[in-house]
Amino acid sequence: MNTLTRTIEHTEQHGPAEGLSRWFFTTNHKDIGTLYLWFSFAMFLTGGCMALMIRAELFQPGLQLIEPGFFNQMTTMHGLIMVFGAVMPAFVGLANWMLPLMVGAPDMALPRMNNWSFWILPFAFAMMLSTLFMEGGGPNFGWTFYAPLSTTYAPPSVTFFIFAVHMMGISSIMGAINVVVTILNMRAPGMTMMKLPLFVWTWLITAFLLIAVMPVLAGVVTMMLMDIHFGTSFFNAAGGGDPVLFQHVFWFFGHPEVYIMILPAFGIVSEIIPTFARKRLFGYASMVYATASIAFLSFIVWAHHMFTVGIPLMGELFFMFATMLIAVPTGVKVFNWVATMFRGSMTFETPMLFALAFVVLFTIGGFSGLMLAIAPADFQYHDTYFVVAHFHYVLVPGAVFAIMAGVYYWLPKWTGHYYNETLGKVHFWISFIGVNLTFFPMHFIGLAGMPRRIPDYALQFADFNMVASVGAFIFGFSQLIFLVLVIKTIRGGDRAPAQVWEHPQGLEWTLPSPAPYHSFVEPPEVK
Amino acid sequence: MRVAAQFLLLALASGASPAYADWQLNMPRGVTEISHAVFDLHMIIFWICVAIAVVVFGVMFWSIFHHRKSRGARAENFHENTLVEVIWTLVPFVILIGMAVPATATLVKMYDSSDAEVDIQVTGYQWKWRYQYLGEDIDFFSSLTTPREQINNEAPKDENYLLEVDNPLVIPAGKKVRFLVTAADVIHSWWVPAFAVKKDAIPGFINEAWTNVPEPGIYRGQCAELCGKDHGFMPIVVEVKPQAEYDQWLVDTRAAQAATAAAASQVLSMDELMAKGEQVYNTACAACHQTNGQGLGSVFPALKGSKIALGDIEAHIDIVVNGKAGTAMQAFKDQLSAVDLAAVITWERNAWGNNVGDKVDPATIQKLKEGTE
Amino acid sequence: MEPLKVKNRRLVGRLALSAALMFGFGFALVPLYDVFCEITGLNGKVTRNGPVSEMAIDEARSVRVQMIAVNNESMPWAFRADSSELVVHPGQDQLTSYHAFNPTGRWMVAQAIPSVSPSEAAQYLHKVNCFCFEQQPLQAQEGREMPLLFVIDPALPAHIQTITLSYTLFDITPAQRTAMNLQQATRRTTL
Repeated sequence: MNTLTRTIEHTEQHGPAEGLSRWFFTTNHKDIGTLYLWFSFAMFLTGGCMALMIRAELFQPGLQLIEPGFFNQMTTMHGLIMVFGAVMPAFVGLANWMLPLMVGAPDMALPRMNNWSFWILPFAFAMMLSTLFMEGGGPNFGWTFYAPLSTTYAPPSVTFFIFAVHMMGISSIMGAINVVVTILNMRAPGMTMMKLPLFVWTWLITAFLLIAVMPVLAGVVTMMLMDIHFGTSFFNAAGGGDPVLFQHVFWFFGHPEVYIMILPAFGIVSEIIPTFARKRLFGYASMVYATASIAFLSFIVWAHHMFTVGIPLMGELFFMFATMLIAVPTGVKVFNWVATMFRGSMTFETPMLFALAFVVLFTIGGFSGLMLAIAPADFQYHDTYFVVAHFHYVLVPGAVFAIMAGVYYWLPKWTGHYYNETLGKVHFWISFIGVNLTFFPMHFIGLAGMPRRIPDYALQFADFNMVASVGAFIFGFSQLIFLVLVIKTIRGGDRAPAQVWEHPQGLEWTLPSPAPYHSFVEPPEVK
Repeated sequence: MRVAAQFLLLALASGASPAYADWQLNMPRGVTEISHAVFDLHMIIFWICVAIAVVVFGVMFWSIFHHRKSRGARAENFHENTLVEVIWTLVPFVILIGMAVPATATLVKMYDSSDAEVDIQVTGYQWKWRYQYLGEDIDFFSSLTTPREQINNEAPKDENYLLEVDNPLVIPAGKKVRFLVTAADVIHSWWVPAFAVKKDAIPGFINEAWTNVPEPGIYRGQCAELCGKDHGFMPIVVEVKPQAEYDQWLVDTRAAQAATAAAASQVLSMDELMAKGEQVYNTACAACHQTNGQGLGSVFPALKGSKIALGDIEAHIDIVVNGKAGTAMQAFKDQLSAVDLAAVITWERNAWGNNVGDKVDPATIQKLKEGTE
Repeated sequence: MEPLKVKNRRLVGRLALSAALMFGFGFALVPLYDVFCEITGLNGKVTRNGPVSEMAIDEARSVRVQMIAVNNESMPWAFRADSSELVVHPGQDQLTSYHAFNPTGRWMVAQAIPSVSPSEAAQYLHKVNCFCFEQQPLQAQEGREMPLLFVIDPALPAHIQTITLSYTLFDITPAQRTAMNLQQATRRTTL
């Protein structure tokens, strides 16, 4: 590790540049992390506004506010923005901020590429959002963009959508490469793999998933592009292609993608619960193995999204069994979290509240996932609001709550100030009520038979849709509390010491708060 | 404060609309043997989940209440236990196997479509269904009949709002009916919850599904795969009739179809064509071109004052009958009868201030439909 | 050059290469999928075509074969099976035909796409000769018999008693839009 020390000695010592150029040209992992997080929050609000437009239209039966065509653009854009614009960049932002601090590295391994990974994103999303104002409207074929609705029958703006997806893919792949290289090559002396904090482990596995599947997404949109403009027939039955092929290739990407959005969340929660239970994480090794097995299984379950396309019986059974198997490692994780709390000495600061809500609500999402895995029952659930309830439970009180927990947990480390605990708790409780009021009734409407992605519905679904819409507005507007809280914390507040919390584990807590612009210039010694 | 206000609002809103019944919580049990099996599976897995949840959340909340710092709890030091970890890996595994057995059995039954007595080809179109009875010479389209005024909140909504069609699918009770599901444009999905049948309709390929409904009745479903603008407006209605009534229905429908074909030779007056045309326009065309003929965006052009509606009549007939490739305009040749086509084209040429003044005879259309063979 | 830099560069190279390979893998899924379809008969895709060796005729067994014709949207041809249902013995060559008629005023080309249900049966239905092997052009107002010669493999599993064979007709007239617009434009001026 001498070499690492020497590299660092060559690093010039300087503070951040002045003005806007600091943000455009920065190669500092903390600056880039901050950019990612703010970008992701902006996208979260944008996608959220679209969700509120959807929920407002669905408040009552009948068409009130928006046309069905525009409604479809809203559902599509909401999905794409939340997946690629809000959740993924938020995790990359947290990774940028925390990975070097957690492994004892001075920065990410590839700082210039890091800058590029981020700055691609605003352009990609500007391009994607601009399609809404184009002739024929924006993408209206759902975030899963099934062919031929997204090829032969797509609005002309689909080409811009494809290019935007390519740019997001490049950004994610570069980000993932950076993460892998940082974790594998930049660890402080003594930081062996099995000593890595779980957030680092889950991100390492996530990064490998990203490298494996983002190119497949790029491939599938490239095939679409060729079908639309160059006369190929990958997905067009007329030329010997097959629309079902699209779904296979898409979900080969899509299923690992949903784990990309949840594994880092597992990592965050595995950091937070031990801190506030004042007890070491139960079953560290089994957590690592469980994460790895979930990642592996994610490659062989994709067709459970396609149980109704007419897969032969044997295929159907295989994908059903493989999917059910995922419950095992996921269960192990939940049991480990509960065992960590058991006989601990718990306190309930805001990060812990979000982490506990994560454990409960993510598990509910896991249960509905298990129900969906049962192929014969899935024939009833498939493409109904039951599915919408399921994936929102794992993504909103799952991934999003974990991100918020992480932000509350590390905010004092980033800013040097404690956030306002009362405001944090208010934010948590309103979000918690809002989220459940929005998504729990969706289970009922789904079981009662309401298909997803419809702008208007039959009268028997009216009651719970109204509840869900009210919940959505509560949840949506409560995020402004979060915005106010973060801005207030940046501008001032009680000074946070290096440790921030009572005896938290990890290298990040050995640095002063706020973490200096250049940290671990001398690699720390890990015992 | 705001929460309370929102709740109040919610309470008021739901109280003010007693017409919206039920607050239905669970999946309907359905009416077929398969749907009962599916419902039972659904309930078994649900209760298993509830049991696991009670145990896991029970331990969790017990810890939250008892092992909190404010109650003086001191953290213990344990952080692994191989035996416990092995147990909680194996136990879920065994539960899953127990789940997989009945699921597999049901799935095998669902896939066995042999020995069907009635075969019906179901074709999804943007945004309607077509039913063809194989070997029976019966072929019709089934589209939404909910009036635009109800959708636009200009009239009170009926009980079966958005779940009503002009021509329901009719099947005999107590007979195994096989559906051959396909699509003519994008992917759709044919779903009737009461039968637990959901099958994707994929352009170029056929999929099989089957049902056997013991009880006569009317069952409703919807398209379950996003298929474009009016995905929410293509319901499925299945009328299950006792065998005798079904046989009579077959005879009547064949006769009606023959009558429609024969009607192609009649000559209708301008007024008759216009009256019929308005009616046909509102069910078949208004979803895209709008009731007022103003169209919708660039994809669905206005007909009022359009070059086609005011121009050469042959070209106008051609685009309605044969569609226009590469656009959203479908071929209506198979969807509408010669009389309906003649009427609707006449309507388009003479409504909303389009004053061409000419009319189309059903015979002209019939000739086009058949060719000159 | 610093060894860490070398190490990083090597790892970046490997990771970038895996990303590139996965991009290729995305495309490789296309032929893989075809192989998968052929084995499982997914979607009732029939890929095994052309002449087959003589098979023993199983007189004892009869299989019902249903013929379906589907027009893809915007395909104005009249298209139907000449006999909607046949009863055949496995191993026996069966000749049947579909009929297509182009009622429009323009030259058009069509492609018929076959699909078999149940999908399990797809690999046992051999099409010796089929109009779906080739593109089918028809002049304005022209009609044509389109022959189909098939044989059912005697190895067809016993529980399959009915096979449905569907053909979907797609409009693949080259330079579709321009040609059609031209046609229409000329028709408008001449009429």
